[in-house]
Amino acid sequence: MEIGALGKSYCDGETIIGQGEAGDCMYVIQEGKAEVIRESEGKEVRLSTLGKGDVFGEMSLFMREARSATVRAIGDTRVLTIDKKTFMRRVNEDPSFAFRILQEMACRIRKLDSDLVDLITRP
Amino acid sequence: MNDNSELKLNNGSRIGVIGGGPAGSFFSHFLLRQARLMDMDLHVDIYESRDFLSAGPKGCNMCAGVISESLVQALSIEGINLPTSVVQRGIDSYVMHSETETVTIRTPSEEMRIATVHRGSGPKGIRETRWKSFDRHLLEIAIETGANLVSRRVKGISLSDGKPLICAKEGEAQVYDLLVGATGINSPSLSLFENLGIGYKRPSTRKTSITELPLGLDAVSEKFGSSMHVFLLDLEGLDFAAFIPKGEFVTMCLIGDGVSRETVDSFLDHPSVKHLLPNARSAAAEACHCSPNISLGDAANPFGDRVVMIGDSGVSRLNKDGVGSAYRTAKAAAKTAIFEGISSDDFRKHYWPICRKISRDNRLGSLIFTTVNMMKGAQFSVRGSLRMCQKEQLKQGGQRRMSMVFWDMFTGSAPYREVFMRTLHPFFFSRLAWEVAMGFRFAGDGGSMVRRELWK
Ligand SMILES: Cc1cc2nc3c(=O)[nH]c(=O)nc-3n(C[C@H](O)[C@H](O)[C@H](O)COP(=O)(O)OP(=O)(O)OC[C@H]3O[C@@H](n4cnc5c(N)ncnc54)[C@H](O)[C@@H]3O)c2cc1C
Repeated sequence: MEIGALGKSYCDGETIIGQGEAGDCMYVIQEGKAEVIRESEGKEVRLSTLGKGDVFGEMSLFMREARSATVRAIGDTRVLTIDKKTFMRRVNEDPSFAFRILQEMACRIRKLDSDLVDLITRP
Repeated sequence: MNDNSELKLNNGSRIGVIGGGPAGSFFSHFLLRQARLMDMDLHVDIYESRDFLSAGPKGCNMCAGVISESLVQALSIEGINLPTSVVQRGIDSYVMHSETETVTIRTPSEEMRIATVHRGSGPKGIRETRWKSFDRHLLEIAIETGANLVSRRVKGISLSDGKPLICAKEGEAQVYDLLVGATGINSPSLSLFENLGIGYKRPSTRKTSITELPLGLDAVSEKFGSSMHVFLLDLEGLDFAAFIPKGEFVTMCLIGDGVSRETVDSFLDHPSVKHLLPNARSAAAEACHCSPNISLGDAANPFGDRVVMIGDSGVSRLNKDGVGSAYRTAKAAAKTAIFEGISSDDFRKHYWPICRKISRDNRLGSLIFTTVNMMKGAQFSVRGSLRMCQKEQLKQGGQRRMSMVFWDMFTGSAPYREVFMRTLHPFFFSRLAWEVAMGFRFAGDGGSMVRRELWK
């Protein structure tokens, strides 16, 4: 890791968060890539690939539920953890702070919509 | 006199920002970003007289250069990345030195979440600039968002028919709809705002000392790694003393009510400092050094119709996280200007509450620093606190109450209110009383100046 690198480093294939785990923080990718995987009935489905600047794990900040998916590093990846307390303190002072998370969630809903349409219309 | 209905920003409004330090850049970036959301097209000029691409005083905004844990996290959510070309060292731990002991406190998350930077392109005499200036990085982000940089010193401001006029060196006077003061606390231009007739008065200040010790990359990495070193020494006039490792330099930062050449010398000659860095005195002899003022409180009336003061020239956090408070005040002022208006009333209702929150928190901060200073005078109590930290750090899991108090206090990661509330916990108090009593016993047992590494 370079001396000025912020966050924590993960190597290829390393799990950053695991589906079903409890969690009270979210993450921002500083460098590299990660894949979001949903495990169901012993099978793994890759839901999406995340890159630099992308946020994940935010759902557990809003809902007291276990992690809904596993996120694994693809190649060397560096990730910064955002504490729930720090996030909530900022949102309380400045609600527009949550705007980027809303944008990210809106993008995901749009992608889900198009995936759903693909699935329904696929012959 | 302005009609309140006119005191709004519209398409084509012109905003003049004096100062392209963190506050000015954050303000311009957030103002333009929010204006875009509202489909508003604004013209923003940032006046900045420093050249952040130059090494030495010409490009430096004189600061210890620690970007707090809370700000690093906030910026990453805002999409403002701090790349390795700007961050000279990621910090994950603090080493605290008392007269006789040394204790290491690690980040609760065991992760590099504090950044150390140079505000300019490095100290004077630097041969090769390997890292980019932090202030230049933020300024470029503001420029990318659409701000226009005017690389000139502002020498006059006035209000003409209620609208601000800015007169820069070698330039014509420009009329603006909104004037933003982001001049910091070390600028003679603060008197321009004091004479503007809005009742503005600058915050009170005290002198500090910063020295950039040129130790070289390998020595800094070997000696300091990813740790900052803080000293709790009983030295006259000294509230806070720290060594902050950067790339090839270590920044020595001293803050107190009477920091003078003698304070610097007595600090460098102190056995705890010599133990850590035997060559500190010789390294300091020829090093780039400055004595900037640090803000001690709040400005009076930091706004008026079409005028707002942000960052250090408005209100900033006591002793810690000044760049973090520049971000908070800049964003609050930008939001007010876009969504509410630019009258004195708008700023009072929507901007001032953030300033007041920082200011109230500073009062608790002041109380905490006074208590720590009193403790420094009775080293057995420092010893007791460090013992408590040490035990917490050695224990897997469990509450780390004292470690968190020191961590949040020295890193500026949490509001002083939270630090204060932690100290009110009955368990904290009883544990501390016990450890202080033990510290007192130790002192009675001889308390010789044997440096003990309590935890490493
Ligand atoms: C010893 C010391 C250590 C510190 N350590 C830290 C730390 O580790 N972490 C931290 O977060 N904060 C720290 N601070 C506080 C921090 O430096 C300030 O809070 C922060 O710089 C405030 O940002 P600003 O933009 O308001 O002002 P500044 O950074 O001072 O920027 C003001 C800018 O305005 C420009 N300017 C002024 N007048 C004019 C003019 N007339 N025309 C054109 N341009 C003008 C200046 O050139 C400058 O670039 C420290 C301060 C001191 C004194």
